[in-house]
Amino acid sequence: MAKAKRSYTKTPMKEQAPEIRCHNFEEVALGYSLEEGQAEASRCLQCKNAPCIANCPVMIDIPGFIKAIEEGDMPKAHEILGRYTNLPAICGRVCPQEKQCEMVCRLGRSKKFEPVAIGKLERLVADWALEQPIEYKEVVGEKGKVAVIGSGPSGLTAAGDLAKLGYQVTIYEALHSPGGVLTYGIPEFRLPKRVVNKEIERIKAEGVTIETNVVVGKTITMEEIMEQFDACYLSVGAGAPNFQGIKGTSLNGVYSSSEYLTRINLMHGYQFPKYDTPVQESKNVVVIGGGNVAMDAARSAKRLGAENVSIVYRRSLAELPAREEEYHHSVEEGINYHWLTNPVEYIGDDNGRLVAVKCVQMELGEPDDSGRRRPVVIPGSEFIIDADTAIEAIGQGANKVLLDTFPELSLNKWGYIDADEETCATSIPGIYAGGDIVTGAATVILAMGAGKIAANEIDQYVQNKKMQEQSV
Amino acid sequence: MFKVVKRKELAPIEFEIFVEAPRIASKAKPGQFVILRIDEFGERIPLTIVDTDPETGLVRLIFQVIGKSTAQLATVMEGDCLADVVGPLGKPTEIENYGTVMLVGGGVGIAALFPIVKGLKEAGNRVITVLGAKNKELLILTEECRAYSDELILMTDDGSVGQKGLVTQAMEEVFAKESIHTAWAIGPSIMMKFCTMTAQKHQVPIYVSLNPIMIDGTGMCGGCRVTIADNIKFACVDGPEFLGEEVDWDEFISRMQQYRPEELRANEIYEKQVNHHGQG
Repeated sequence: MAKAKRSYTKTPMKEQAPEIRCHNFEEVALGYSLEEGQAEASRCLQCKNAPCIANCPVMIDIPGFIKAIEEGDMPKAHEILGRYTNLPAICGRVCPQEKQCEMVCRLGRSKKFEPVAIGKLERLVADWALEQPIEYKEVVGEKGKVAVIGSGPSGLTAAGDLAKLGYQVTIYEALHSPGGVLTYGIPEFRLPKRVVNKEIERIKAEGVTIETNVVVGKTITMEEIMEQFDACYLSVGAGAPNFQGIKGTSLNGVYSSSEYLTRINLMHGYQFPKYDTPVQESKNVVVIGGGNVAMDAARSAKRLGAENVSIVYRRSLAELPAREEEYHHSVEEGINYHWLTNPVEYIGDDNGRLVAVKCVQMELGEPDDSGRRRPVVIPGSEFIIDADTAIEAIGQGANKVLLDTFPELSLNKWGYIDADEETCATSIPGIYAGGDIVTGAATVILAMGAGKIAANEIDQYVQNKKMQEQSV
Repeated sequence: MFKVVKRKELAPIEFEIFVEAPRIASKAKPGQFVILRIDEFGERIPLTIVDTDPETGLVRLIFQVIGKSTAQLATVMEGDCLADVVGPLGKPTEIENYGTVMLVGGGVGIAALFPIVKGLKEAGNRVITVLGAKNKELLILTEECRAYSDELILMTDDGSVGQKGLVTQAMEEVFAKESIHTAWAIGPSIMMKFCTMTAQKHQVPIYVSLNPIMIDGTGMCGGCRVTIADNIKFACVDGPEFLGEEVDWDEFISRMQQYRPEELRANEIYEKQVNHHGQG
């Protein structure tokens, strides 16, 4: 029988309807069935020198695992993915594939066709694998001991790879649950916590130990870690919120996106009072920023019952840094946008509660250092948006808790760790660093890529050190 | 899991627990705090470390029942476990020999003051301590503070022990006869505000320990932000101690009220559950 004609468009994925999903925290995208996955897999051209591989930060053999899906061989597809990534269920969901693997897909480069839905196929395989029984491996760890500080995507990747290489790995995490931004930042409706927990359980099954409630620098010091371990990977992220610092920032009702999302995701604030941590009930919400975090905060506010949720962004849609898919989801869910708008003041009532956000209109001027046109204030354009809640999602900086207690470590001019991008090596031998604490806030997959590099470099470092010690 | 090995009712609605947390016990310094979560449904609440014993690995905490979580914490018995205890958090008090120091504690704030009293005495200071509470029963740790104080003044609202009146009156008496180098005040925010005003009148620097709403306690959310000398600071990592005269008190007191309706609701539901079970 002749092969079905290759579809021009991606096989669609079922989603919860917008009018239903904007009242719940359940996952929006429901995943492919095996048949849907096979149909999508058959669109892949199986390129030699596939460009998608080179554009994946962890260089997954994409045509390889897609071929296995097409053949219906899920164990093989999973085995191939597992060689490159420890967190496929997460990356399949949250990677900006349109800017990575799918951007260079040869099928997608031809005018008529959409690229292969690589992310959705990765998710299909990973979700299948999460339903399979976990085999716990006996930890030997004969090659050495490595400490990983922070259990976000970068730390989990490095830890998983180091365990596979034969190391005894301990992850220290400050919060009570591991996962970093996967747990406290990205909401349930994009990344279910049961998926995160299962993926972390698989990394533990490789022999990785995770100790929660340990703030390195406070609960244990870097000196103690350097005494007890052969090497260390610092992957503490960029978790300190920035505030614009405009008038009224400390009014009740003004949040950092980190606080708002932590209350909801880590503390289950959306299930208050079953869970003890409250989140403010709101009617009118203004979210400041244009990244994925702003989308997450706005869509969460809507789900908590807010009637009007607006995103205020100082540039225009063309410059929006958020994922296109998330932007579309937010529009479907009724989020309003104020383009070319910047807040200048939070206005409160006599009780110190926020009642409105004063904004100004902007226009785009000359390009700035980043190549984007710089927004300039239009004089006399001030206007007011009623708001009982405002959420600033304008980015994060380096958290100084660990760094302040470890002044020996060199930082760059932005306060991030000065580490070699090629090797993750820092100014101190045996201490490696990667992810957002080196690059500033970036993506999950870039953090994972750094974790992979670090694992290999740490392996080489520890083995070289042991050989030198033996020869002495 | 963190085991509670000893528990004691210090006063009506004030409790003391000793928690097994060896790492915290070996690192904690005066002025630092922990964040704990009772169980998987719990919120993260900050409590000052009152004392530690590195040898037994115990951390001593004192709390007052003021809402749902503290009411539930009061039901945790010896042998029970807390889901999470993390610390020591915050910057320690700058303990050194200043000369003569005055320490003022109010209500359950005395628990947070005691380690500083002890630390300053051990550093060679002449220590004058003023403790205040509503009544005799709520005036805690008096004997322990006495052991590390050169002079101890007790104040109660009803005069049931010590003098009748406010801690600021006692501060005035001390200022009248002593030259104080530095002062500390820990207690309800309104008390710390007035202690600050009193110390300012005498041009004596006074440190206060702020207790805003916190979640993570590690500097990643800014929920505990306070305005200090017109700058935003995070009490969990930049504090909790700040110079009283630099604190924007009205803003601080207002932010403490942010979740009042939700706190009342949670407490109401909890009390209903407890009463219901009590009857069954």
